[in-house]
Order: sequence, then structure tokens, then C-alpha cells
Amino acid sequence: MYAGIKRFLLPIAEPVLVPTGAVLVAMLLFAGFIALVGQSPPEVFWILYQGGFGSSFSLQNTLVLASPLILTGLAVAIPAQAGMVIIGGEGALAVGALLAAVAGYALHDTAPFIVQLGMLTVGALTGALWFGLSGWLRNYRGVNETISSLLLSYMGIALLNYCIQGPLRDPASTNNPSTRPIGDANMIGNIPGLDVHYGLIIGIVCALIAWFVLKFTTIGLALRAVGGNPRAAQMAGLRVNIWVVGAAAMGGAAAGLSGAIEVAAVHGDANSAIVAGYGFTGILVAFIARQNPLAVIPVAILFGGIDAAGSLLQRRLDMPDATVIVFQGILFVVILASDTFLGRFRFFKPGAASEPKPGTAGAKS
Amino acid sequence: MTEVTESLGWWGLPIAILAGAIRASTPFLLVSLGECITEKSGRINLGLEGVLMMGAMAGYGASLYTGSAWLGVLAAGVVGAALGLLHGILCSLKRVNDIAIGISFMLLGTGLAFFLGKSLIQPQAPTLSSIPFGFWSDSPQIQSALQINPLFLLGIVLAVLLHFAFLRTRWGLRIRIVGDSEDAARAMGFRVVPTRIMATVFGGFLAGVGGSFLSLYYPGSWSEGLSSGQGIMAVALVIFARWEPLRCLWASLLFGAAGALGPAFQAMGLTSGFYLLNALPYVLTLVILILTTAPNRKISGAPGELSLVRQ
Amino acid sequence: MSNIDQSRRQVLKQLGGTAAAVTLMSFGFRDGLAAEKMTVGAVYVGSRDDYGYNQSHAEAIAAIKKLPFVRVVEEERVPETIAVEKTMQAMIEQDDAKLIFATSFGYFDPYVIKLGKQYPKIRFAHCGGLWTPKDPMNTGSFFGYIDECEYLSGVVAAHVSKTKKLGFIAAKPIPQVLRNINSFTLGAQSVDPSFTTNVIFTGDWSMPVKEAESANSLIDQGCDVITCHVDSPKVIIETAEKRGVYCTGYHVNQSSLAPRGYLTGAEWVWAMPYKILVDAAHEGKPMINFLRGGLKEGFVKMSPYGKAVPEQAKQTADAIKAKMLEGGFTIFKGPLKDNTGKTVIATGVSQDQRDVVLEQMNYLVAGVIGQI
Repeated sequence: MYAGIKRFLLPIAEPVLVPTGAVLVAMLLFAGFIALVGQSPPEVFWILYQGGFGSSFSLQNTLVLASPLILTGLAVAIPAQAGMVIIGGEGALAVGALLAAVAGYALHDTAPFIVQLGMLTVGALTGALWFGLSGWLRNYRGVNETISSLLLSYMGIALLNYCIQGPLRDPASTNNPSTRPIGDANMIGNIPGLDVHYGLIIGIVCALIAWFVLKFTTIGLALRAVGGNPRAAQMAGLRVNIWVVGAAAMGGAAAGLSGAIEVAAVHGDANSAIVAGYGFTGILVAFIARQNPLAVIPVAILFGGIDAAGSLLQRRLDMPDATVIVFQGILFVVILASDTFLGRFRFFKPGAASEPKPGTAGAKS
Repeated sequence: MTEVTESLGWWGLPIAILAGAIRASTPFLLVSLGECITEKSGRINLGLEGVLMMGAMAGYGASLYTGSAWLGVLAAGVVGAALGLLHGILCSLKRVNDIAIGISFMLLGTGLAFFLGKSLIQPQAPTLSSIPFGFWSDSPQIQSALQINPLFLLGIVLAVLLHFAFLRTRWGLRIRIVGDSEDAARAMGFRVVPTRIMATVFGGFLAGVGGSFLSLYYPGSWSEGLSSGQGIMAVALVIFARWEPLRCLWASLLFGAAGALGPAFQAMGLTSGFYLLNALPYVLTLVILILTTAPNRKISGAPGELSLVRQ
Repeated sequence: MSNIDQSRRQVLKQLGGTAAAVTLMSFGFRDGLAAEKMTVGAVYVGSRDDYGYNQSHAEAIAAIKKLPFVRVVEEERVPETIAVEKTMQAMIEQDDAKLIFATSFGYFDPYVIKLGKQYPKIRFAHCGGLWTPKDPMNTGSFFGYIDECEYLSGVVAAHVSKTKKLGFIAAKPIPQVLRNINSFTLGAQSVDPSFTTNVIFTGDWSMPVKEAESANSLIDQGCDVITCHVDSPKVIIETAEKRGVYCTGYHVNQSSLAPRGYLTGAEWVWAMPYKILVDAAHEGKPMINFLRGGLKEGFVKMSPYGKAVPEQAKQTADAIKAKMLEGGFTIFKGPLKDNTGKTVIATGVSQDQRDVVLEQMNYLVAGVIGQI
């Protein structure tokens, strides 16, 4: 009986306990930093907790800030399954938001449900095309997808800014140039009982679908084969090209979707504030989550929580905004470095040694 | 002070391109050369953006407190090297992912630089002086364009030196072999981990110096918006340059020059579509990249052990 | 003795800050210790110490902080996304803020409007000319007629420029910015109608490398007085000084950055509107929805003249300034053509400072080189 529990629990315990230990170490280091700059570490931690998770208000705050990060995290994690490091989520988000706003305005006289569905579809498709281009360039021109997605990202942002300032500008938007509004009635609302919009649910559902497909279907198997060893995959009869472009496009769809949600649930139009760094933070979320679509959810919430906490920290202790960036930096360096302890403790091994899964992007050094 | 400057008209364009190549390319050049060494050894440090910001901040601070801009450059290099060392050591641990660590270094470096640099935004630190190579010309524009900073010259010399070092020296061979195949390196008696750590330290040093160029020469001031992604772009330029130091030089010059196009066109009166003009460097880089690669081929020159480009 | 007292107060303050916050959040209690003080929140889009726009606001808040009946909470680098909505909401819910200064243009629509409806008893003062009567009455916008200072800067610039070409580095072609470019140009043209202004738009509020590159490009094209409308003018002022041309400043006084070439500059005095709004809230008077002021009202001021400014320039500029202080000077009056030749203000029409038409400006006046 005991042995059975042990066999069941220990393999789960390790991936939980090691990062927890890492968090404690990171907190210790950060406490040292806080003490060095003359603040009280217990007070700072108490405020961080209060601001991020300590009340229902803080929690909702955290969830709101986390919701775009789930999708931009997926934008990196899905292509990573096929061995690609795509870092251009910001651009796909920008063009996705832009075209979703155009679609929303075009449809604004129809029913709200149609407007929203139309915007989300257009946003996802645009993002898919944007990332798909990087996948296509990799396959058919041999262009490295990391650099092409980065370059395309800057271009996407420039395109958004150009269009909201020029051809797609709402003449009524004077000091804050933006596209024509989709209309208040068409906005995506809040989850009943919460001050959190439905974007969170959309993000979580997407993450669950991605996790299920990758883990339990042959699609996931094929992608991992393509990512692990393309030549072998080809010999096994897989059309590697299509898989690679498809995985990139799915990632782009996630980023484009997050752009569409920003327009439909938050801004009501596309403007320059759409580019707020969610795409960039998504890269971090995906890597901290080890490219696991399911793990993207808690990691995004952690990021949202630290952001919300940083807000309270500024107001209570007058500490600069950079304080929480330092904390995030220390936290993630230590968590990622703690990977080295995974599989090292004999204690956690009831049976055979578990080796890390091969095939995820960059999983070697 | 009151010298009358003649208008240049369309001559402004070639001069702006030349000046831009000289002024704006140096951070790209230094960071990409550093990253080139790191990547040649089979490691990637994506965190150079953070290292660059730390270098910029530390360099400005050191220059302010010591009164010597060159001590600032040195301090920036040392801070960069320290971050590189930390990155190198952490990534030498088993199962630690260098890309992911790099990305968290980006946060850490940027956060620390912002946090510690608050008091450095207002004061004016001594900045680096330049060598007036335009003394032969009467035109103030050419004189200004040919104000060349010693760090730029250092970058060129370094690019050439590295090119030969990789080809001819045992040191260069060691980095290349370690980067191409751990097994081969062991067979030849090269120690893999120390080589990679050294290569990352060197990369961090140069990225730090590249940051100090921003804060101590051009634009020559510390602020939180100082880097518009130069560190990330420089890492991308290394792939663009296919791990060739001389190509890093051309790529950086190209990128610096292209960045000057937007403002130069606008100064001549062509301001419509300025967002698109400002995106020119990225478009140009992508077009060149597409034209110079071939389908279905592993990128030539890519170090075999590099996680980013395994295909 | 006083040390102990101080540390005790420190502890109390911390308790008030953290422990009280818990009760506040869970039971909706009022913060006991801060009950007699009114909490004022300030939200900035950039760093508080950016030597420019955000700093000009932070300095005003620092002055407000000295008022005995005020407690201040501040937050910097808040993007114009849902983050600012959450920040303002948190200031109300967690800090019991009664008046919030939202200092960036993009904060107004939809965030301030939305929260204004949600919290009808809280006052929202937004910086920028965006409030209209259809918006909630507990919200409002304040701004300064800084174009008066830009006009005077143009007058001074025209007296020292030899090439008759001025350079203006701007972030984005929005009405506020265009109004400054136009006023600067009109000021110079009032001295000599042949003056032209070259404009470069960098595309964002803070891009140091692009700003330096723009300054160099303008100087290469023969502009010998440079000015700007970006968040932190430091790099531009320093570049102008390095290249040996003149400059005029913006947001705060930057004369120490360019001791030789700094002519004068347009500075905000935000403490003035802040004080008015805080007093109104404190005394329970209605929210002031539309608050504007120029030199006359003390919302803006000129930097002291630099060494390079000739006596005649000072006299001309001071004479115009005297008229502005009396309220008898109009910058935008017909006939006025834009730089495509279209008449934008007809003969005989004069748009004085308070005319809201000016807050929708979408043209560059004749003599400005550039398109929008």
C-alpha cells in the first residue's frame, strides 16, 4: 500500500518540490538584494503576496494581467514542439489585433456574437499567416525561424503603427490615433461574478486543447518526431514541411488571438498601446513552462501575480517599478538552473531513472 | 558655434548612410562579435540585451564617479564579463537550457540596470571623445560623419583578428571543435566546459562594452529607453552573418546604415509613412536573408552543438 | 529619543500600510490612520525621473505631497492597457484614493471613462485635452497652453538662426504635437516670414538612438536651431550642443545640458493645476472638468534666456510675452495656410487659446517641411 502511494506520488513530487526549493532560494537571494537597498525583506514579501494573491481583488487583478500571457506563451510553446524557436509573438499579436479591429468595425452592425466570433477568427488567421511565413521561410528557403520571426515582429509593429496613424485611422481619434471603434455593445464582457474578461477562459481552453492534442494524439507524436529528428521523421513517411509550417501557424494563431482579445475585451479599437510587451513576456512564460502547454497556465498566472504585486509595492513602499523585474529575473534564473537537480535525487526514483524527454526545442546545453 | 551650415539636399542621404554606419553600428558590431565567439563554442546567450543594459548603466555610472569615460568602458566590460561568467557556469550544469537561462538574464540585467540606474538619468557623465577623421574636408557634415569613435575601430580590428583566429590559431580551433562536436573535442583533448565558459565570458565582456558605447558615446546618455532591442538584434545578426566575424562586421554596418535612412529621408522633407521607413532595416535584413539562403539546407557554418539551429 | 520616536512612527506607518490594507480589502474598512488625510493617486506612463514629461508631473506631485492634508500614492511605467485600469482601481480599493491623476493621453479612453462610471464618488483628473461633456462629471481633463512658450521659443530661435532653417523632432503627429510645431514655426515667421521648420517623427515617445540620429540628420540639412516634443529631450539637447548648434528645451529646464547653445525652453508648471484640483477635492467643490491655462494662469513658463540670446531677441519675446500675460495675444489667426496651400483659418477668423478647435489640429502650417 505505502509502496504503491510512493510509486505514484514520488515522480510527481519531484517536479513540484525542486521548483519549490528553487523559489525559496530565489526569495532568499531577493531578500538579500532588498536588504542591500535598505528595505525590509519581510515587508516586501508580505506586500508582494498581498498585491498578487492576498485578496479576491488582487487575485482577479492577477488573472486579468495573466490572461494575454497564456496565449502569447502558447505562441512560443506550440512551435517549440516541432523544434522551432519562434520569438516574434509581439508582431503577430499586433497584426492580429489590427485586422481583428478592422473586422470588428466591418461587422459592427450585426449581432455582438458575430462580431466577436469574426474578430477572433480574423485575429487568429492573421497571426497564423504571420508565423506561418516564418515556418515557410525555414522550410522552403532555409531561413532561420528565430531571426525571421524577430524581423517580422518589428515589421508587424510598424505596420500596426502605420495603419492606425494613416489609412485605417478613425478621424475622430485625435490625440490617441486608433482604428474605428467596434462599439461598446460588441465588446467581450466579464466572466459573471468576476472582474475578469472572457479572454482568460479562451486562453485556458486553448492551452488545454493544445496540451491534449500534443499529449494524447498522433499529431503530438508526429510533431515531436519532426522536432526531434526531421530526417528520421521524413523517412518514417511524415511530410515534415507541412508539420513545421502548421506548428508555426498554430503558434501564430494563438498570438493573433490574444491580439484580437485585447481589442475586443479591453481597448475597443486597435491603437499603439496594443504593443505592450505581451509577446515578449510570452517567450519567458513558454521557456519557464518548459514548452508544456499545460504549465503555461500557472506560469502566466505567476507572471500576472508578480506584475500586480509590483503595482502595490510601488504604491506602498515607493520602490521603483524595476524591483519586480529584478525579482522575476532572479526567480527565473534560479528556477531554470534548478533543472539540473531533476532526476538527480535517488530518493525520488522508485524504479528506473527517468531521463528528460528529448525533442523539445533547445533542451540541451 | 555660429558657423553657417550649407544645406545638403539629396547629398544628405549618402552622408547620413555613411554617418549612420559609423555611429550606430558599433553596439551591433561589438555585441555580435561577442555572441559569435559564444555561439561558435556551441552555446547561445540570448540574454545579451540584459548584459548590454547593465553595461550601459555601469559604464555611465563608473564614468560619472571616476571622471574617466574609459574607466567606464572597462567597468561595463567587467560587469558584462561577470554576467557572462554566471551564464556560462549555470549553463554548464546538466540539463540546464541555455536559451531559457539567457532569456531570464535579459530580465535580470534589464531590471538591475533600471533599478540601479535611477540616479544616473539626470547627471552628465564624461563621454568618450572621437577621432576627427574628417579634418581634410570643409563640410561640417562630412567632418561630423567622420567623427570616429575608437571603439568602432576596435570592433573592426577585432572582427579581422577573430576571422584569422578562428581559421589559424589553436585557440580558434579549440572553440570551433568544441562548438561542432563535444565528442571530437574530447577526442582531441580539449576541455569542453571551460572553453564554453570562457567563450561566454568573452561574449559578455564585449556586450557590456557595446552597452557602454550607447551610454558613453552615441547617443551618449543613460536612460531606460536606451536600447531599442540592439542586444536581441545583434544576436540575430550573428545567425544572419552565419557565425563569420567579418560578416558580422558587414551586417552591423548594413544595419547601422539602414537605421539612418528613416531620419535622413525625413530631414529632407519626406515624412509620410515614417513608421514604414523606420522599419526599413528589418525589411532589408529579411530580404537579404531570403536571397542569400538556399532551400532545404542546413545553415552553413552553424556550429553543430548549437541548440538554436539544429534542424 | 527622536530616533526611537522615528522608528516607532516608521513601524506605525508600516502597520498602517500593510495591516490596515488587509482589513480594508477584506471588510471594506477605511484606513484608520489615514482617515484625516485625503489620498491622491498619480499614475505615470514612464519613469518618474526621465528628465522630461513624467518628471514634470512627478515634481508637481512632490509639491502636492507637502500639503498637510494629503497622502500620495504613485505608480510609474504603467502601460496604456488594462494595467492602468487595474492600477487606478487598486488605488481606490487598496489605498482609498479619492482623487487620481492619470497623466498619459492613452489613459483616458476607455479606462478613465469606465472607472469614472464605476466609481462616481472618486475624481479622475486626466492630463490632456480629451474630456467632453458626454463623459462622466467626476472625470475631467487639464492641460497647459504650452504652445505659447513654443511660439516665444520660435521668436528667440529666429533671432539667432543664420540658415533660417529650424529643426523639430517629434514623437507622433497628434494634435498636441502639431500645435507645438506650428506655434514654434509661426513664432519664428513673426520675425522673418522666410523661416522654415524641418520635422522628423520618431514614432514613439522615447527612442534615444533615433532621436540622436534625427538631430544629426536635421543639423546635416542645415538646421541650426533644434527643438523637440518627445518624452525626454536630454539626448537631443546634448546632440545639438555637441554639434555646435542652438536648441530650445521642452518639459523641464535643460539649460545645464547645453550651456552654450540652450536658448530658452517651454516648461510645465503642473503644480498649478494639481493644486487647484486637489483643493477642489479637499473642499468638496465640484470636480473641474475642463481646466486649462497658459503663461497667464501659470500652468507653463519659459526657461531663463541662455547666454547666446541677443538683447533684441529678449526684447521682442518679452513684449509678446507681456501681451500673452494680459491675455491679448492670439497665435492662430487667419489668414493661415497649411503647407499644402490649403487655407485652414480664413481671413478675419481668430482662434484664441481656449478654442477647442485647436485641440483637434491636423495640419502643418506653411513653412513646415513634412507631411502627416
